[in-house]
Amino acid sequence: MNAPISTPTTACALSFVRGETLPQMPPPDDVRLSLSQRVARTYFGTPANAAITISCILVLAWLLPPLLNWALFKATWTGNATTCREAGGACWSFIREKFLFSVFGLYPFELRWRPGLVLALFAGMVAISVQQRFWSGKLIYAWIAALAVMWGLMGGQVLGIPVPGLDPVPTRLWGGWLVTIFLAVFGAALAYPIGIVLALGRRSQRPFVRLVCVCWIEFIRGVPLISLLFIATFIVPLFMPTGVELDRLIRAQIAFIMFAAAYMAEVFRGGLQAIPKGQYEGADSIGLNYSQKMRLIVLPQALKITIPAQVNTFIGMFKDTTLVLIIGIFDFFTTLRSSLGDANWLGFATEAYVYAAAVYFVCCYAMSQYSQRLEITLNEGQRR
Amino acid sequence: MTDRPFESRPQPAVPFWNDPAKRGIVLQLGLATFLLFVFWTAWSNMLDNMSARGLVFGWDYLSRPANFAIGESLIPFSAQDTYGRALAVGIINTIRIAVVGIVVTTILGIVLGVMRLSSNPLLARLVSGYIEVVRNTPLLLQLFLWYAIINSLPGPRQAVHFGPGMYLSNRGMKVPWVEWSPALWPMIWALVAGIIGTIIASHMLARRREATGVAQPLLPIATGLILGLPFLASAAQGFPATLSIPVLQGFNFSGGIELSPEFAALLAGLVLYTAAFVAEIVRGGIQSVFKGQWEAARSLGLSSGQLMRLVILPQALRVIIPPLTSQYLNLTKNSSLAVAIGYPDLVHISNTTMNQTGRAVEAILVFASIYLTISLLTSAFMNWYNARVAIMER
Repeated sequence: MNAPISTPTTACALSFVRGETLPQMPPPDDVRLSLSQRVARTYFGTPANAAITISCILVLAWLLPPLLNWALFKATWTGNATTCREAGGACWSFIREKFLFSVFGLYPFELRWRPGLVLALFAGMVAISVQQRFWSGKLIYAWIAALAVMWGLMGGQVLGIPVPGLDPVPTRLWGGWLVTIFLAVFGAALAYPIGIVLALGRRSQRPFVRLVCVCWIEFIRGVPLISLLFIATFIVPLFMPTGVELDRLIRAQIAFIMFAAAYMAEVFRGGLQAIPKGQYEGADSIGLNYSQKMRLIVLPQALKITIPAQVNTFIGMFKDTTLVLIIGIFDFFTTLRSSLGDANWLGFATEAYVYAAAVYFVCCYAMSQYSQRLEITLNEGQRR
Repeated sequence: MTDRPFESRPQPAVPFWNDPAKRGIVLQLGLATFLLFVFWTAWSNMLDNMSARGLVFGWDYLSRPANFAIGESLIPFSAQDTYGRALAVGIINTIRIAVVGIVVTTILGIVLGVMRLSSNPLLARLVSGYIEVVRNTPLLLQLFLWYAIINSLPGPRQAVHFGPGMYLSNRGMKVPWVEWSPALWPMIWALVAGIIGTIIASHMLARRREATGVAQPLLPIATGLILGLPFLASAAQGFPATLSIPVLQGFNFSGGIELSPEFAALLAGLVLYTAAFVAEIVRGGIQSVFKGQWEAARSLGLSSGQLMRLVILPQALRVIIPPLTSQYLNLTKNSSLAVAIGYPDLVHISNTTMNQTGRAVEAILVFASIYLTISLLTSAFMNWYNARVAIMER
């Protein structure tokens, strides 16, 4: 402070500087508002805002009463189709009747303990896997073992090798939730390593390897999933030598794995590109070879930062398992739709769709919330 | 630390399996041989299997009569026409649903995305609830649900009237449509003149703003030219009836354009599903613009329209456009689910063709390569666009 500045008490030389102290102003009125004031301001602060609130309430008033009437007040929870039609509301007893069918499909009734055990094992593995403290290499081996056990229990045979003590059940009798779970989980489990290989191949120094990987990824991402399912259903049998037949479900499963692998590869590629160049160079400079560099330095980081994107891809894949309906494989949705043809229960399609939508919504929403939470916890180490 | 100068030592002989270059060549040759073997085996097996079923790989079936009818078609088609023409009908129908779907999805998605950001919590929550429900259920299920809903609607005589001249019944959707007449020509020319006039006006206004600093809004001029000129052209001819409005006559509607139940269900399903994704992309794009940009623009005294148009949108669009394009592609690819509800798109017609002729390989090859072409063209365009936007960045 070199230049003396005139204080408010002295006569002011500068005309634009105020000479006297202003009286204190009241605090801004939005600092302390009662709840009702806050509500009034949030919902009716301006005319436009009030109009928005009122139209929202009108839409709700128009939609909710008939919806609640149908789904709850006029709904039938027990009884048969006749009581349902008399009540006029939703027929939830239809869903109650078909629930076990939608879980197990046409699986032989007296053998249902096997898929039941598969479901329990799967639920247990999921419950363990969502907890980060169990994340380790052992968990991967546990999953491989669990998938093998699930397959063995379900089929009574694995690729033609019979499991001692279990009757074989052909895949055409599989159905319901179990097929959906098999498609999604086996799809993800096998798409994961293939996706890593494709992503590494796409960034390879070797032009031919790169070309093959780019063609594969771009072909699969460029066509609708239906084309892959059609190829698996109609063309792959033609590729087999005469006399060799591959199970239909396994063919669809392979199409799914190819599809998911291409999308996973793009997710992993994003992760590989996001790793700073210094990490690659650091690995090179301490003399690691390519596989050590990838296995010890690059992939652990690339896979970790892409976990949320992986979960999103998996959600998309899980929803896409419904497409097997078009090639006539009895997943959860197809099984449920087939029960619409039951002559005793005609005309309850909406209930079935709402039930199916609820199941898919719960699964997908849980996964997406989980991935969002994971994104926060995984970033904790990176936050400055 | 030695002072000895770096001496060149004789290179030890590297065995070829430790030489990266040679190892790479061997590896790639091995991969090529393996792939060649797989493809050759598959191909020869396929020819064997096809000849065992009395089929020969070829395209001759395209010129044979199709013997099936197609429910809706923009070009004339009858059962005597060829499979090739049926395929063309399928391609046109796919393009039709994709184009209409993309236009409607964009509008709805932007509206939903902006509503999701509303400061009114009620609106924001409602929209976000809608987005979560739609995004987390399979599209196929939604398509079936819409199809079931449309089929359960009352017949044309009790049709749901949901807008001026727009009716929804179990026969599909009826909307007004422009009916072709020579009286339209002056209106089209007036529209073209209006658009050219608007472009000239915007240049003139920009030049004046730069010279004098006085900004004059373009919107009233543009509205007057683009809407007013065709209106005047229509008025000059005494308002000829160019709009065909659906009217109930007897048991069905006449006039207007009819969207079949399948088309309406597919359109509703695709649009409502994809719009939820677009809304999230739009929201993310707007939120990606730093708060300081909003504040700086406001402190410059820009109006809220100028703020959006000149400051926020140019930056947000750079984030929005790439994922938006991939959603457009998804919509196009997902339109193939039409086969499940019976809209005669490319896949549906290919499916019928291969059921009738047994030409599974050819039919699948055709529709897969059409989708692939669309995808590759779009991604080529995206790469070009991204490069262009990136240059403009700095």
